[in-house]
Amino acid sequence: MAATTVPSTNLPEMYVGEGFGLTRMEKVVGLARANSIWPLPFATSCCGIEFMATMASTYDLGRFGSERLSFSPRQADLLMVMGTIAKKMGPILKQVYEQMAEPRWVIAVGACASSGGIFDTYSVLQGIDKVIPVDVYVPGCPPPPEAILDGILKIQELVKSEPFGYRQSDEYKQLLASYGIQV
Amino acid sequence: MSTIDNNYLRDTLSEKFGDKIINIEESYGVLDVIVKRDHVKAIIIDIKKDPLLDFNFLTSLCAVHFPDHKDAEIDVVYHLHSLYNNVRIRLHVLMPIADAVLPTMTDVFAAANWMERETFEFYGVKFTGHPDLRIILNVEDMDYHPLLKHYQLTDATRTDKEDKYFGR
Repeated sequence: MAATTVPSTNLPEMYVGEGFGLTRMEKVVGLARANSIWPLPFATSCCGIEFMATMASTYDLGRFGSERLSFSPRQADLLMVMGTIAKKMGPILKQVYEQMAEPRWVIAVGACASSGGIFDTYSVLQGIDKVIPVDVYVPGCPPPPEAILDGILKIQELVKSEPFGYRQSDEYKQLLASYGIQV
Repeated sequence: MSTIDNNYLRDTLSEKFGDKIINIEESYGVLDVIVKRDHVKAIIIDIKKDPLLDFNFLTSLCAVHFPDHKDAEIDVVYHLHSLYNNVRIRLHVLMPIADAVLPTMTDVFAAANWMERETFEFYGVKFTGHPDLRIILNVEDMDYHPLLKHYQLTDATRTDKEDKYFGR
């Protein structure tokens, strides 16, 4: 029986035999999760318009397993923050994040969500990472759909490579604690 | 159709209020009337109740900060509109920043409520008699009046900018 180890961008490393493949459980779970991410769009301005194009037929986010948007944080895997977040919106954004079930990821789309962008002023939150932890930042003002798709693919890589037990680890708990978020 | 125009308004106001008015001039087709602080409420009530003038709509209420105008740093502006006559007017009250206090206009125009809260929030003007003078737009724990010119416009929590490149 000829068995080989097949590296692939789509499949995790696995030991392949005739009619079977062997790999680690966390890789299989990661593969399933990464290709069925339910995003929660938190769109406040022009980046949200680019996201609409990203969801529509030409760019079609559904190709990457994210056809189904979740407008309830309880069922969402990925919080997509797109647009300027005013300081007054900060606590609401944090509440939405807290309502999401583990495991959860966050992507900051565009200059405003990432750093406040051009709105260096008293009323605007200078980046959402002041209130919640962020996994991927997408630059641009606004970023084109290709950039948003690239951000989603980066998130998928994170999801695929997440080790078992990460969400229970001290490292992760300390990260949440540094934002004052209850586990 | 009414015949009230700015010239008529200028004459009527001068006659009615005399030395309660500091200055009247026209700019961009609307009269700018600077009135004494002690009389602003009486004047607004008067021109609202006057059956001919009938300034029955408070379009806007805001403040302006002029740091260089000594003892008149704060200028509170009332935009009034006589809907029947289709005439607008701007009333200005000048006051020193250390003593920025005005009587509330909420009992004359209900619309003044939120506008006075906004003016208080951004310029620190206190409206005595206001039923609920809390800040209205910014986060509740905002501890300064951001549109006063001695506060920097940029946000102090910004971390991705090198100060030396952005003039801070």
